[in-house]
Amino acid sequence: MAGITGKDAVLTRYADSLATLEAPKGRSLTQDAMRRLVRNKAAVASIFILVVVVLVAFVGPYFVPWGYGQVDWTAIRKPPDFAKGHYLGTDQNGRDMLARLLQGTQMSLVVAFVATFVSVTIGIVYGAVAGYFGGKVDAIMMRFVDIMYALPYILFVIILVVIFGRNPILLFVGIGCIEWLTMARIVRGQTLSLKEREFVEAARAGGASPLTIIFRHIVPNLTGPVVIYATLTIPEIIITESFLSYLGLGVQEPQTSLGTLISAGSGLAEALPWMLFAPAIMLVLMLICLTYLGDGLRDALDPKDR
Amino acid sequence: MIAYATRRVLSALPIVFIALTVCFIILRLAPGGPFDGERALPPAVLKNLEAYYNLDKPLWEQYFIYVGGVLRGDFGPSMVNTDFSVSQLMGIGLPFTLMLGFTAFIVATTVGIITGMVTAVYQNRWPDYLLVFLVMIGLVVPNFLMANIVQLVFGVHLRWLPVGGYTPGSFIHLVLPVIILSLPQAARISRLMRGSMIEVLGTNFVRTARSKGLGTRLVLARHAIKPAMMPVVSYLGPGLSYLLTGSLVVEQIFALPGIGKYFITAALSRDYGLVLGTTILYMVIILVLNLVVDVIYAWLDPKVRSR
Repeated sequence: MAGITGKDAVLTRYADSLATLEAPKGRSLTQDAMRRLVRNKAAVASIFILVVVVLVAFVGPYFVPWGYGQVDWTAIRKPPDFAKGHYLGTDQNGRDMLARLLQGTQMSLVVAFVATFVSVTIGIVYGAVAGYFGGKVDAIMMRFVDIMYALPYILFVIILVVIFGRNPILLFVGIGCIEWLTMARIVRGQTLSLKEREFVEAARAGGASPLTIIFRHIVPNLTGPVVIYATLTIPEIIITESFLSYLGLGVQEPQTSLGTLISAGSGLAEALPWMLFAPAIMLVLMLICLTYLGDGLRDALDPKDR
Repeated sequence: MIAYATRRVLSALPIVFIALTVCFIILRLAPGGPFDGERALPPAVLKNLEAYYNLDKPLWEQYFIYVGGVLRGDFGPSMVNTDFSVSQLMGIGLPFTLMLGFTAFIVATTVGIITGMVTAVYQNRWPDYLLVFLVMIGLVVPNFLMANIVQLVFGVHLRWLPVGGYTPGSFIHLVLPVIILSLPQAARISRLMRGSMIEVLGTNFVRTARSKGLGTRLVLARHAIKPAMMPVVSYLGPGLSYLLTGSLVVEQIFALPGIGKYFITAALSRDYGLVLGTTILYMVIILVLNLVVDVIYAWLDPKVRSR
């Protein structure tokens, strides 16, 4: 008879509690990685600073009283002057340095993201195709990568930029087209091991075409290495862009980039030090944060060192 | 060993050839030419100039003339520095660039390996934190910016070292360029060395060596260094090409007479012969150095040889 010992009631309550209680949560690999990343103080601080820099670079210009190409005839070569709204001083043409700094940061960021996107896309497609098809295709495709590796790539960027004019779009694409080599190698290596796994075999048995297998089954599994490498590519591209701008091959006036600003400021650093300091600090700050973030992501997503 | 080296040399030759062809085509497709100036040349003069440099012939014929010349070791005349042949100009610039590059290479490798080892051995104690911070600075501050800073500090304010320029045989003119050129390399090598050394120090054979009573120094010297060096050695090849790229900047900033300076001015003035010549030279240097690194790698790791 039910209810004498109270056993049934306890069991029912227990069964009810099991039904309403959510299943114990397993942690996915991504959640695991996020937890490790959040525990890395340097990486979290870097993310925070980078978000602030991006916001300031893109929203800031609307709050600055001067335009980046606007000349203030009453304040040429002046140190920071809060009354007039030149918070970082003016350059030798009387243009507001804060406005120019923000525009330059914006340009460097855009170049970096577009070029990284181009290089990551080319690298993934190339590496995945070479790794998946293997054999002769792989040998020929990777031989080509070896050839490109052996070339002094900066010479090609310089030749391209000199020849086809200083077009910012060309600059993005040109840098991106050259930085994909390492990405392709990493992706190929990962693909080689992924394509032997059971889920790829299952897809093949199910009649999926090679392209579907590559893009639906293999590429999503490459997220980790791709994210790490992309984060480490961004600072490299920012340096390349500022180097080209420094040589006078980058962005054209009145637009500017951090490299152009540093190049302009370095010649006048004795007389007008504020022209060198602000862009230099901004550049170094961004590069440090991106490097720490890349390191943090690598430790979080690829925890074999712990 | 010799068979391995021969195979590598033979596989490197087509690379130079393909790259030369690509460069040639890109350069000629480009608008502008070496004789464009503020004032247009009279048509008759231009015609004679183009005939002299073979520029009036069809492109494929120019290509074969050029390749034929290169195979005989003749890079043709410079079209802007009209008193010199390309070979002469490169003969002036090359020894300097090589000297600068190798000095920086030795400095960077030595400093990088030592700091990498120190940071690994003192992991998470103050020498580690200090050096890792310095390495980070070396890694992220672009060399043109760092060059400006050291020029200002040591050249202009303290007046210890010359800001730029070079007189043959002068040592002090090389101090700043070598520091600037080797700093990012030293930083990269140091990071690699730290990572691999920490890994090696955690392995069982190191623990065994420690447990039989060897001191830290002996463990490092006899057991840990060789395996920890492997990633560094494989980085040296790409590292060298980074060094040559860097020397382009450093030569420009410190006004040094190497081939990097010629390359930039030549590209800007469409001096076809000089651009192609310097590009080939850079490629050959990088390929030769990569080859040397590969052979060293094969010597260190017998598994590579059989591939």
